[in-house]
Amino acid sequence: MRAWLLRRVAAGIAIIFAAVSLTFVAIHLAPGEPFLPPDERPMDPAVVARLRRNYGLDRPLPVQYLRYVTQLAHGELGESFSQRRPVAQAIAAAVPNTLLLTITALAIDFTLGIAIGLYQAARARRRSDAALANVTLFFYSLPTFWLALVLQLVFGLWLGWFPTGGSTDPVLHDSLPLFGRVVDRLYHLALPALTLGLVGAGGTARFQRAALLEALGHEYVRTARAKGLAESAVLIRHAWRDALLPVISLAGVALPFLLTGAVLIETVFSWPGLGKLAADAISARDYPLVLGTTLLATCAVVTGSFIADVLTAAADPRVRLTA
Amino acid sequence: MTTATLLALLAIGVWTTAFVSWCRRRPWGEAGRRFFRHPSATGGLVVLVFLATVALCAPLVTPYAPYQQILTLQDQPPTWLHPLGTDFIGRDVWSRLAYGGRISLGVGTLGMLVAVTLGGLVGAAAGYFRGWIDALLMRCVDVGLSIPRIFLVLGAIALWGKLGVAALILLLGLTGWFATSRIVRSEVMSVRERPYTDAVRALGARPWWIIVRHVLPNSAAALIVSAALGIGNMMLLEAGLSFLGAGIQPPHPSWGNMIADGRDQLPTAPWTTLFPGLAIALAVMALNTTGDALRDALDPKTGGK
Repeated sequence: MRAWLLRRVAAGIAIIFAAVSLTFVAIHLAPGEPFLPPDERPMDPAVVARLRRNYGLDRPLPVQYLRYVTQLAHGELGESFSQRRPVAQAIAAAVPNTLLLTITALAIDFTLGIAIGLYQAARARRRSDAALANVTLFFYSLPTFWLALVLQLVFGLWLGWFPTGGSTDPVLHDSLPLFGRVVDRLYHLALPALTLGLVGAGGTARFQRAALLEALGHEYVRTARAKGLAESAVLIRHAWRDALLPVISLAGVALPFLLTGAVLIETVFSWPGLGKLAADAISARDYPLVLGTTLLATCAVVTGSFIADVLTAAADPRVRLTA
Repeated sequence: MTTATLLALLAIGVWTTAFVSWCRRRPWGEAGRRFFRHPSATGGLVVLVFLATVALCAPLVTPYAPYQQILTLQDQPPTWLHPLGTDFIGRDVWSRLAYGGRISLGVGTLGMLVAVTLGGLVGAAAGYFRGWIDALLMRCVDVGLSIPRIFLVLGAIALWGKLGVAALILLLGLTGWFATSRIVRSEVMSVRERPYTDAVRALGARPWWIIVRHVLPNSAAALIVSAALGIGNMMLLEAGLSFLGAGIQPPHPSWGNMIADGRDQLPTAPWTTLFPGLAIALAVMALNTTGDALRDALDPKTGGK
């Protein structure tokens, strides 16, 4: 167990390091420059040169790389070019928003997905199962950003139930009492979280149905039925326990999916989270911010798969964590 | 919609039905029987053949050119003449949809082809040679899989500038092979231990000959299934990129950038957004069901459920 843990953590750090190095080299080798504003706003070459010197961009690439890695080892992510503040601050401001969105979406995803999967497996191969299978397949196959637009259109513009963008009311939020601010947040959260949750639930339901059907084919299910247990007890207490294991590993994969799926959703809903930050940083050629967000995203993927392994081992006594 | 368009569409419908029922009747053997036993296999195949044919024969089924602007008809709701309406600069949405299908379906398919080729070769090399080659390649795959793909692709596009269609296909392929290579590797590792592989080796065949002629064909099932299920993902990614303005560049129509075009007219002309999205959903759904059915057909372990 301890050996496994050490190995896993070492491998994780190595992967993150490699990913950051790769991104570093790629973005510095790419043509194009930061600080070169679009054509409409020409800039004095002397100013550009000074900016480049200030940020150390005039040094040779290996020197810059060493500097960045040393900085990173000290826990420093550097200064963002476009936001004129430390990368850590920009990320710290975005993370709570993304986490709020992601966790709500995950909750919708798994509650809805598991419930539908359970229902479908209980009614396997009947008409309601087939109908639901088409519905879940439809959501699973949707482009998330398109669903976002449709929900904006229906619930935001036609019905006027929810706001179509932002994470808080731009004018009123700060003057609201605490309770009002919470409501305002939830109100803005509804559509983006629903979008991500619904698309995710389509996949989760398909996965849960398949896992349950496989579990229902086992001998112990027959035994449970032969004991005269109610079908619901067989389904929930016997088969579902077994069929929850693959769903746990799905949750580990869902973490990065929601983070990346959030790039498009956050853009559509102008949600000030990590995905939007990354997309903006890329188009502004903000090297330190791109590196910082990539670092964080890679950490999320590595951590996600780590957590999934640990949870699977915790839930399944047959799995041993050995190096 | 003119009589000629209607007739052409009808002809494509007839061709699709004829082709799919020919497929059903053909004795593909046990695998074919299992494929069509999947409840949605026929439906998925019909949709795929229909969409692909419409895209290929786009000039025949569209009354207007995809770039043609009818300046008096901006944001017009669907009518008989423009069955899916017109967009914000008066272009016929149906015509753009048909032409856009060429790009969206084409980018997805070709991108997947690149990914499957690369993933197949890397997976085969890693699984067959084992040792340090395996370790090296799989560590690369670990790194590739741990950077979220959209970051990878968006970063490449933003930094290298807008890409042409061919470059986009290559980029999607080059960032999409990691998972495939893992699947192929594990498949190849089991095939490599079979007696027939030993026999070929004993006959003096070189490693790459064995891989290409004997090992890969025997692990083709996994490759085909992962390809079929991957095209949908490729299409969704292309749509997302084009939506962000980083994929297919206007005025070329792709289903993703049509949605982006329609976004600003969402309240007044929702059809310019709705139809391309439905087209993507339909195509990806069909690809997913066909992929599922293929898996049932080619992998006896999960088949017959």
